[in-house]
Amino acid sequence: MDEKTVTVQDTNPMDTETLEVNFGPQHPSTHGVFRMNIVLDGETIVSVKPVMGYLHRNHEQIAENLTYAAVMPYTDRLDYFNSMANNFGYALAVEKLARIEVPERAQYIRVIMAELTRLVNHVSVIGFLLNDLGAFFTPVLYAFREREKILDIFEAISGSRMMCNYFRFGGVKRDVSDADLEQIRKIVQKFPAFLDEFEALLTKNEILCMRCQNVGVLPPDLAVNASITGPVLRASGVNYDIRKVDRYSIYERFSFRIPLGDKGDVYDRYYVRILEMRESVKILEQALKGIRPGEFIHPKSTSFLKLPRNFKPPVGEAYGRVESPKGELGYYLVSDGTPQPWRYHVRSPSLINLTVLEDLCVGHKVADAIIILGSIDIILGELDR
Amino acid sequence: MEYLDQLFVFAKRLMLDLLARFLPDWIVLVASMVISIVAILIFAPLTMMYLTLLERKVVGRIQNRIGPNRVGKFGLLQPIADGIKMLTKEDIVPFQADPVLHFLAPVIIVMPALLIFAVIPFGRGMTAVDLNIGILYFIAVSSISTIAIFMASWGSRNKFSLLGGMRTVAQMISYEVPMVLSVVPVILVAETLSTNAIIEAQSAGWFVWTPWGLAGFLIFFLCAVAECNRSPFDIPEAESEIVAGFHTEYSGIKFALFYMAEFISVFAVSALAVTLFLGGWKGPWLPSWLWFLLKAYALIGVMFWFRGTLPRFRVDQLMGLAWKFLLPLALINIFVVGFWYFSPGLWKWVGSLGILGPSFWIFTKLNRSYVPENRVYRLAEDENNETVGA
Repeated sequence: MDEKTVTVQDTNPMDTETLEVNFGPQHPSTHGVFRMNIVLDGETIVSVKPVMGYLHRNHEQIAENLTYAAVMPYTDRLDYFNSMANNFGYALAVEKLARIEVPERAQYIRVIMAELTRLVNHVSVIGFLLNDLGAFFTPVLYAFREREKILDIFEAISGSRMMCNYFRFGGVKRDVSDADLEQIRKIVQKFPAFLDEFEALLTKNEILCMRCQNVGVLPPDLAVNASITGPVLRASGVNYDIRKVDRYSIYERFSFRIPLGDKGDVYDRYYVRILEMRESVKILEQALKGIRPGEFIHPKSTSFLKLPRNFKPPVGEAYGRVESPKGELGYYLVSDGTPQPWRYHVRSPSLINLTVLEDLCVGHKVADAIIILGSIDIILGELDR
Repeated sequence: MEYLDQLFVFAKRLMLDLLARFLPDWIVLVASMVISIVAILIFAPLTMMYLTLLERKVVGRIQNRIGPNRVGKFGLLQPIADGIKMLTKEDIVPFQADPVLHFLAPVIIVMPALLIFAVIPFGRGMTAVDLNIGILYFIAVSSISTIAIFMASWGSRNKFSLLGGMRTVAQMISYEVPMVLSVVPVILVAETLSTNAIIEAQSAGWFVWTPWGLAGFLIFFLCAVAECNRSPFDIPEAESEIVAGFHTEYSGIKFALFYMAEFISVFAVSALAVTLFLGGWKGPWLPSWLWFLLKAYALIGVMFWFRGTLPRFRVDQLMGLAWKFLLPLALINIFVVGFWYFSPGLWKWVGSLGILGPSFWIFTKLNRSYVPENRVYRLAEDENNETVGA
């Protein structure tokens, strides 16, 4: 940081002081209780120091004192926008640890829920990004109109709109009725039309292009070195998607492509998300076609869900990861044969993607820092845990 | 018809006639001024109150929602509820703020907004003061608000306020230059600075229907939007960046005064744009004052439309637009109007379009850094790659 300050003063013939401003924790666009300690030279950013921990809830420690089944509702609160994806990752980790089979129908339901979650997340992120750009809530409300429809589905299926708590080891909590599947089909059918409308309003907008293009460029090598994942990594042109790499659940059955960015700037991060939603719609269509009646949870696992203290995975460790809408969401579990996990760790994409914030922001204007933060897509529940 | 058109003029004359029966001349003269002042002081805040409601309704429709509808029928009493809330809120002065500046800024900012109303011709014979330097007066008075905003930002002792203040001063000074220059062609053609005479000069046709008038109108309107700190030029109070800019540290009625100044200036600059380019109160069938209000509200509607749809510029892009695009175009426009004035018949049109069109094109090309790029995206499958354009 010292070096950067010195260079700015050297190149500046006028003897001016830098201004240190705290953006947050109560700021309209830090997406929660996050603080950026920004040093400004006029309007230009000299250094950024992210300060976090305002929402620390001791998630991992709490989980280590609970039974495996009781952790599931806590994972909802990690990334409270995409509770289904969080459930998915945790269920995968426990299933790996205890070697539990998942019936086919449950797999399909899981994929459908995960992809619906991706739609919810990406559409809202783009809305909030436009809010950060100053578009006074219009894109957000258009996005939320679509989000509401999907949340209604979540409510019908799991009983809750955001804190779904729907996945169980070896399946899902309840079966999905045919009426609900029909409703999902309708939403999926109409979604491309909504995306077209959304894009018609945004993608070619000159102010949006001016503001987003060549701002906050993340070079691919830096992205890989900083272990960035998710749409932020793919916007930099690195072809890495856990759905393709890991082929967890039944993702290898679906044909879909991974959209890759060109330059890795804010605009690419915006557009990669749009393209990703289009691919998600394809996955959903195939999954809705392929889903067959059957068991929604493995019969063996129903027994230990009723008696959670009897569920003792064998001694060992497991790492389950999913492509959450924000990136690689991983759960690391170590079992010592007791009903509680001996160690439980969450690899949250929000936290790790945020590490490049300073590299992206330095040299840009204040307004750019806000949209760069918005394009990285953080959720404080997951960041601070 | 004539009666409707001159309704307010007759009402004022009636009152003055009544007074003249009992009172000496100088009191009647004072009363004449007081009536105009009171009319403006009632009209301006009322306009502001219902503009806030109108904005919330219009933006609400744009955003797919209903807007305020709880207080009174269609939410018509909402502005009054807001006013009561603002009046009863605690007035907070930050620790270590400069109390004098902090107090004076909201008072001073309302003044120029109200003063502009003096020269606005609301209808035939409905100008409060028919100044022969009306336009000059408008330009002089409207630049006072810059000082008030800087006082607010400096006096609050808040870093967000300070950033907002710096942005405001830079923006308002930059945009005043092309704004003034875009008015010059109108003055040259009308050969007067008086607002009434400018409207009379548009008897043959509104100025906006000429090439220089259209260019002047667009420059004037864009600059007017920027002068009022409205979206997409609202960087001085950019909510997502610097919280609320210069009025971050204001609460209660002081905040309401900033809000009032903004909305009154919105109306004032729209009214002036109507006067200068859209023929003022001239129009068939309807009373003149109704025509004037209709035109002004149409422009205000465009401003609300901007607010509901456009993202915000960045500081450097905002400055670039003013200095690199609007200013040279406004200068060319002055030359064009001279050409228009001295050439005969069809040559006017050919010549002015021949100058304005290419210069517009050249300035667009010179500002190429602001033109969006086309991007190509790869869609990676396992083996074969496809591309899709954005």
